[in-house]
Amino acid sequence: MTRLYLSPMIDFDKWQEIFNSIRRHPLRTTLTALGVFWGIFMLVLLLGAGRGLQNGVEYEFRDDATNSVWIRRGVTSIPYQGLPKGRRIKFTNEDYDMLAEHFGEVDQITGRFYLSGDQTISYGKTALSYSVRAVHPGHRYLENTIMESGRYINETDLSEFRKVAVIGAVVQKDLFGDEPPLGKEIKIGGTVYTVVGTYTDTGGDDEMRIIYIPVSTAQKIYAGTRELHQLMFTTRDMELPAIQQLQEEVRDAFARRHQFDVQDRKALYIFGAAEEYQKFMNLFAAIRAFVWFVGLGSIVAGVIGVSNIMLIVVKDRTREIGIRKALGATPRSIVAMILQESILITSVAGYLGLLAGVGAISLMESIAVEYFRNPRVDLGVGLSATLVLVLAGALAGLMPARKAAQINPVVAMREGG
Amino acid sequence: MLRITDTGLKRPFICLVFFDRHYALPLLTHSKNRREWPDAIETRLSMIQLRNIRKAYKTGYTQLDVLKGIDLDIEAGAFASIMGSSGSGKSTLLNIIGILDEYDEGDYLLDGKMIKGLSQTEAAHYRNRFIGFVFQSFNLLPFKTAQENVALPLYYQKMDRRKRQDLALEYLNLVGLADWAEHLPNQLSGGQQQRVAIARALITKPKVILADEPTGALDSKTSFEVMELFKKVNREGMTVIIVTHENDIAAMTRRIIRLRDGVIENGNATLSATK
Repeated sequence: MTRLYLSPMIDFDKWQEIFNSIRRHPLRTTLTALGVFWGIFMLVLLLGAGRGLQNGVEYEFRDDATNSVWIRRGVTSIPYQGLPKGRRIKFTNEDYDMLAEHFGEVDQITGRFYLSGDQTISYGKTALSYSVRAVHPGHRYLENTIMESGRYINETDLSEFRKVAVIGAVVQKDLFGDEPPLGKEIKIGGTVYTVVGTYTDTGGDDEMRIIYIPVSTAQKIYAGTRELHQLMFTTRDMELPAIQQLQEEVRDAFARRHQFDVQDRKALYIFGAAEEYQKFMNLFAAIRAFVWFVGLGSIVAGVIGVSNIMLIVVKDRTREIGIRKALGATPRSIVAMILQESILITSVAGYLGLLAGVGAISLMESIAVEYFRNPRVDLGVGLSATLVLVLAGALAGLMPARKAAQINPVVAMREGG
Repeated sequence: MLRITDTGLKRPFICLVFFDRHYALPLLTHSKNRREWPDAIETRLSMIQLRNIRKAYKTGYTQLDVLKGIDLDIEAGAFASIMGSSGSGKSTLLNIIGILDEYDEGDYLLDGKMIKGLSQTEAAHYRNRFIGFVFQSFNLLPFKTAQENVALPLYYQKMDRRKRQDLALEYLNLVGLADWAEHLPNQLSGGQQQRVAIARALITKPKVILADEPTGALDSKTSFEVMELFKKVNREGMTVIIVTHENDIAAMTRRIIRLRDGVIENGNATLSATK
């Protein structure tokens, strides 16, 4: 009867006994908690930082198509078939045509023609300075330009040498404010262009301070040539080795057309974003592996730390165990007491470590740094790591606790102070 | 033997202890209760019966016989001391009586109950209910207050916290330390600590108080006070057994049991015999 009545009280009483023990042994509690806290904290921080770094670099790449290839002109550094070194290579519309006609793997192509320096752009009384890019229609896909209104440069613009312009969101805001810009006339240098489209770009404000005009119009008005300053193209869905193969074939074709040694790396620069992207991806795989290695290392260190502390705790409590046994504690209750205390401390410490880690990551998130973005941590990973440490602590405590609970109380009471 | 009479007298008494704390202390506070016990039964009643107890420790290839056939009867309400030089087996004997250690051969009856081949859990249960220990080094838990220390044995009886704390305070009052209830052991003198330990031994209303060199760490004045407390406890009817090597301490008990080389040399020595 009495037992039955008291049974709900028993557990409460047991936990009160454990809390009492924890409260009266701050050093022991802190030491046990610290290893777990620190292990989980570092793991969460590491995983979060690793993820943030990866997100950051992926974000930097979002602006440009990752399957783009950029071709830039150079100056020959090797004499070739009687031609001296130091020749400047020049691209023309024929190079564009060659890329379009001879390379089936090439998807979108564009040339770029730069107007020298920033141009003064004016609308009504407002006059500001922006850079102007003269491009082919394919440029849109190379820069991941997002059309907000109107249209991009098209083939008809090119063939009819139309004076049309596509303006970035920043240009639009600066020149037009809330006024609708489509169909309005702006002056670039001395020439009047009609705005046919507006765009945004994920690359940030600098990418939206640009005005695009048809490449043919610019060549005719500002230079009277068929020259291009730069060529870019995207590849169809291809693996990296195939893209690299294509780049070599393109180099070959340019070497033949412009008569330079194909080995002359300074005559022509070909830059493949895919190659660069792959490099970063490889770097991440390495960083991820490293993060996991260090993370697992901190968990192992935590396990060893907790195990050591538990050995010391049991040793430290041997006398207490002897006294309790003499007063009527069963071996089972002794083992339970030690394990429950350890599990309570390590669980709370692990949870606090998790909280602190997530908190620290939130702080990192608020600091805007390039190549670092959205550090996130999989809470499941943190919780499993906590569980591992809690179990390790319990297991490490179980063996010595069992042993200590079997010692003759009289012998146990002789231990230590 | 007299077991039926024994249970008939003692059981209701023990039960009262668990159900109402107002009845918890009659033995110690109201001496009239004790007077109701017929003297004839009390003196003939065996609290501890040891029959041919043998105990040996095996170390490697050698066997060390510590107890070589102990026959001993200690009657209920006795105030006895066990004496002997170190190595005489008195500590082993005390451990066996206190159910802290097992014996190889023989029979041990505690208040008529056979104490033999117990599991660790059973042994713990019997220790908790039947034996009150007092040690030379007090063995209080340093992180618990005097009151909490005294209450601890009742924790293992799963008694309600409030109830056992109240009882602990009453027992502290009994040993004259009610004002020190909230103190930690290191804030108490040696004599005070030992009195706390005695209160802790008494709180479960055990059958026997076993004291292992209880005055070994105390000066003679404090030793005397502690022995006075034991005398008082014994006067209230509690069986008290003290292990000591000090003649003047043994002289304060009513019976001296002398041990030598694992056998009882003199089971009922008197003070004059020791001198």
